[in-house]
Amino acid sequence: MKSLAELEKIRQEALERMSPRSDKERMRVVVGMATCGIAAGARPVMQAFLDELKKRNINDVKVAMTGCIGVCKLEPIVEVVDSDGTKVTYVKMTPDKAARVVAEHIVNGRVVADYTIGAAEI
Amino acid sequence: MRDLSLHLMDVVRNSVDAGAGKIEIYIEADIQEDILKITVKDNGRGMEDSTIKKVTDPFYTTRTTRKVGLGIPLFVETCRRSQGDLTIKSELGKGTEITAVMKISSIDRPPIGDIGNTVAGLQASETEIDYVVGFKCGDKDFTYSTEEVRQVLGNEVSLDNPQVIGWIEESITEGLENIFGGVLNEIPCRT
Repeated sequence: MKSLAELEKIRQEALERMSPRSDKERMRVVVGMATCGIAAGARPVMQAFLDELKKRNINDVKVAMTGCIGVCKLEPIVEVVDSDGTKVTYVKMTPDKAARVVAEHIVNGRVVADYTIGAAEI
Repeated sequence: MRDLSLHLMDVVRNSVDAGAGKIEIYIEADIQEDILKITVKDNGRGMEDSTIKKVTDPFYTTRTTRKVGLGIPLFVETCRRSQGDLTIKSELGKGTEITAVMKISSIDRPPIGDIGNTVAGLQASETEIDYVVGFKCGDKDFTYSTEEVRQVLGNEVSLDNPQVIGWIEESITEGLENIFGGVLNEIPCRT
């Protein structure tokens, strides 16, 4: 059984790891989670982002949901927003693609051009 | 929608968009009566009676990005297909309560799906919202509450910490399995 004691341990570990820098949000991953996105498989995509960030111990990237981004046929859509507001829109996402976006874009700062909305046929 | 957890995600998103600070989700299985009941209750802005009538219409939505709103209509269809129905109670300024009822044994009832994943995702996205998630079957029950987690975490550690989100997901998944048993989180139809 998952216990609150376990949660307390997580808290302790998080406090030990915490550095002043980690409080700042470096990037934000926004997943379109309206009916269209959910039906197209946005939840496993969001989960893939959360898992990948957890695996790599990245604490300064926030994963959030939003409603319909407006191009329902290209769902699941994910926007990666930099701290300076630069936004990259990825379309027709899958959990595998999410892992690649974390590795290349979030960790190494290289946009995965193959998955962007510009690369998709509209 | 592939399973009930996705419908749940969809209606809870409505609660979030309605500005709710507290969202309660209850899943109850009554095996004798063969009834599965899912309740979502929020303290968002609520709706007028005239609006409640309109939300089951696929061509009604509050959104401006598109002209159709399929969340509620799809959930209603799923309930009716599963020999049940969906009811909405709402009061302006107080909140909304949605109750979905299905027959557990109905061949068209979708599986429950990954509730842990749904709630963890919702919680990671909006850390200021308090969730209560309750499962009940016979004399067994399980409750998750954000408030309880907050008490342990204090102010320094955020709810969207990846390890914390992982704990929330596992804890709810475990609760679901313990209460409803069955394979793949599914409710067994017979006692």
